[in-house]
Amino acid sequence: MSSASELRYLASHEWGRIDEEGILTVGISEHAQDLLGDIVFVELPDIGKELDAEEESAIVESVKAASDVYAPLSGEVIEINEKLLDEPEIVNSSPLEDGWFFKIKLNDSAAFESLMTEEEYNASCED
Amino acid sequence: MVDFHGWSMPINYGSQISEHVCVRENCGIFDVSHMTILDFKGKDAEEFVRKLISNDVRKLNELYEGLYSAMLNDDGGVIDDLIAYKLENGYRLVVNCATRGEDLKWIATKARNYSVEMEERDDLSMVAIQGPNSSEVLSNCPAPIVRALESKKKQQGVYGNDMFATKTGYTGEAGFEVILPHDLAVGLWRNAIKAGAKPIGLGARDTLRLEAGMNLYGFEMDDSISPFECNMTWTVDFTDEDRNFFGKEALLRMEKESKQYELVGLMLEERAILRQGQKVYFDEEKNMEGTVTSGTYSPTLKKPIALARVPKIAAKSCYAEMRGKEVFAKIGSPRFIKEGKEIFKERI
Repeated sequence: MSSASELRYLASHEWGRIDEEGILTVGISEHAQDLLGDIVFVELPDIGKELDAEEESAIVESVKAASDVYAPLSGEVIEINEKLLDEPEIVNSSPLEDGWFFKIKLNDSAAFESLMTEEEYNASCED
Repeated sequence: MVDFHGWSMPINYGSQISEHVCVRENCGIFDVSHMTILDFKGKDAEEFVRKLISNDVRKLNELYEGLYSAMLNDDGGVIDDLIAYKLENGYRLVVNCATRGEDLKWIATKARNYSVEMEERDDLSMVAIQGPNSSEVLSNCPAPIVRALESKKKQQGVYGNDMFATKTGYTGEAGFEVILPHDLAVGLWRNAIKAGAKPIGLGARDTLRLEAGMNLYGFEMDDSISPFECNMTWTVDFTDEDRNFFGKEALLRMEKESKQYELVGLMLEERAILRQGQKVYFDEEKNMEGTVTSGTYSPTLKKPIALARVPKIAAKSCYAEMRGKEVFAKIGSPRFIKEGKEIFKERI
């Protein structure tokens, strides 16, 4: 089993962190915020929305470009980080902690293990 | 760092937005040595430059004064935009590095019948110091040229001790551009940083010029766009009827026809940034469309802004379709900020 604080990743630069209740917190990686540059807008999913794995679920817009944020796994959105709507720069300053985007109640919490480990993700960024 | 037409340049030195704010509120320094500097000398230098560009360098009363202009092809399309400066025995044109190749080809073809020598000054660097505190920063640099510059007006300049300094810029703020040998540039850079200037990357250079409503080649204009369609009408000087600059005939033909497109500013209240190439519409049927030439988030206004080439129909607003939604924008003057203050005029 993975530890509670472990981050898993998608190759499209999202991270997920699971808790004991099978709730996945989702954000974008340090590398992604660095690539995007200053983030100016964040669009979040509606609470209650059912997301499929790798479905477009949020949008992050920086001075350079707009990017989709994908749901790492399927589940229902149960919380969103509304603070990002007014202070999107938090994603730049704290991408892995305060800059989380939304939380989903996973349909299958075991699927977490199928996501990339940090090592795998870092290797994919170098390709 | 990015490869910018063969130059390795930083998009930012940390944060694009804080660099942008620094120029609006304090002072920033830009390494713009990628700009191409061309000196024209010889018996026919003036005659040739008057033919080469759309603005008339005869308007330059003072030595080292600058004049913004377009260089046009025979169809009246913009090959490049540039600043022409008056020198003792000729003219200096500062053109874009992105268009350097095309410019040099065009100039070489057209210069054949003139007694004019063109020298590309790749022995020189170019540094811009911009912002409300730029004067203070420069006065703390141990260069005597600075004192001489103080009494000068916008667009004017001075030359001394190998330094060519002018009150020009690409930010909409008070400031200077200095053209000087590479080794002196390093010294100037260090002194300016010591005096409080912060280094500014390409990213903030772009958002600053966009807020100021200044064109960027390849975005607001290219060789298929006439000066009339990119807010450069004021750089076309027809006063001297005997001056037959390249592109003039085509422009005179266009003047007789109705001018169809114009460059406008767009301001959005929504959380969406219109980017280059985005189409904008004016009615539900989409009878007409315009095109966004540049768009960004304005760090000064804290909302999205854009420049767009649109049909001349005096519409007050337009909309774009983005991610399945309609995003509305107010139409107004193609300039947003001057010296830190909002100057956008909405159509009423």
